[in-house]
Amino acid sequence: MAQLEARHISKSFGEHQVLKDISLAVHDHELVSLLGVSGSGKTTLFNIISGLLLPEEGQIFLDGQDITGKPGQISYMLQKDLLLPYRTIEDNVALPLIIRGEKKQAAREKVRPHFAGFGLAGTEKKYPHQLSGGMRQRAALLRTYMFSQGLALLDEPFSALDTITKGSMHRWYLEVMEEIQLSTIFITHDIDEAILLSDRIYLLTGNPGTITGELVIQEPKPRRQDFNLTPEFLQYKRQILEQLHVE
Amino acid sequence: MKRKLPSITNKVYPAAAICLLLALWEAVCAWELVPAFMLPAPSAVARAFVQDFPALMLHSRTTLLEAFLGLALGVITGFLAALLMDTFSWVHKALYPLLVITQTIPTVAIAPLLVLWLGYEMAPKVVLIVIVTFFPIAVGLFDGFQSADPDTIRLLRSMGASRFQIFRHIKLPGSMNRFFSSLRISVSYSVVGAVISEWLGGFEGLGVYMTRVKKSFAFDKMFAVIFLISAISLLLMGAVRLLQKKCMPWEERS
Repeated sequence: MAQLEARHISKSFGEHQVLKDISLAVHDHELVSLLGVSGSGKTTLFNIISGLLLPEEGQIFLDGQDITGKPGQISYMLQKDLLLPYRTIEDNVALPLIIRGEKKQAAREKVRPHFAGFGLAGTEKKYPHQLSGGMRQRAALLRTYMFSQGLALLDEPFSALDTITKGSMHRWYLEVMEEIQLSTIFITHDIDEAILLSDRIYLLTGNPGTITGELVIQEPKPRRQDFNLTPEFLQYKRQILEQLHVE
Repeated sequence: MKRKLPSITNKVYPAAAICLLLALWEAVCAWELVPAFMLPAPSAVARAFVQDFPALMLHSRTTLLEAFLGLALGVITGFLAALLMDTFSWVHKALYPLLVITQTIPTVAIAPLLVLWLGYEMAPKVVLIVIVTFFPIAVGLFDGFQSADPDTIRLLRSMGASRFQIFRHIKLPGSMNRFFSSLRISVSYSVVGAVISEWLGGFEGLGVYMTRVKKSFAFDKMFAVIFLISAISLLLMGAVRLLQKKCMPWEERS
């Protein structure tokens, strides 16, 4: 069964239609990318999936339940880590549990066992500004994970990092995903990143944004170290570019 | 270690400047360049301070009590005003201009009115202090609440946070810096406000003492009170700084 499903989503702001009849699905343990140029309504779709915006038409289903316009179901992660500077990493990560009404101490105890797995051991009592950008993104992901255990919604989370850190974060992310059985919706404009990480890619183009293509990346996971240098990779890239140019 | 060195030299320079100024002042008086009844020597001021110490302490107690009461009420009302303005934009639109206008009225002008209305006891003093301390707190906190990052608020909303939780986890801690800057200003205002309102009538307090020694031309005592008042303000501001360090541990370890 599909973990997350969007059915026929449309949204306008005033006269301007931003999204038109978007349908997509994310299955268990799948990483699905939404690849689109800027202005194709990525962020709007993102806000609709997370429940912060109400679509004019269509519904969002999580495990078969209608969650359209209901925040508090799916958590997301942005390019900005949005860690609270005045809270320790531990308390930042525990925040979703505290908001859900758990006691501070109990929430801390729940998050602590995950620190090692996320490569964050020893940072529990530190403050965000004492950590590097990559480490902060790990903490932000752990917070996202603590919030919605099964599904993470990521909006260009690594785009602010330098190329080398970005590469290691990609590898790390795939490992973590595997380990904690996470499904992911990954919003990006970076074609290489999308091919490298995704099981499936939706192409979001046009104005209003519509889904104009779907691409399955057959390369098995874990991916080869040099996958991005193989002819298959380039083939996928060519396919995507061609589809984007047709528009 | 490296970080400590500049802060030591930072203290050496002002200390040296103050010592030099005091020495100069003492010299001017010793050579009688200015008549002693107009400008008492620092040593004379120190002597007056020691002689009058019990009286000074008694009066300080009253002044400090007024200042604390006024400050506490000012902080509470300032906080409430900031909270209301942040929560309801119509309150902000209606109240903000009024707040600014209250600040354009000179303290010395309303103090006598307050005495007329509220008598010679503590009430007019406390009210005056509330008026002067409330404004920096209200404005500082309001700006702090408003400057909360909208992306962070959206993230917490997506986690299902209530308005109160957003306030509790983002707005309140995020405005602590501004709050403490405002509090430092308000603390010094509260002492000055207490003294000014005591000038205009009362039975006890440093302001009352000040008017008494002025009338008897005891300038050495006058200077003693002035120094005492500055010392009190400085001490209180230092206390606020300590409190800030305690309340904001994340600022420490950078």
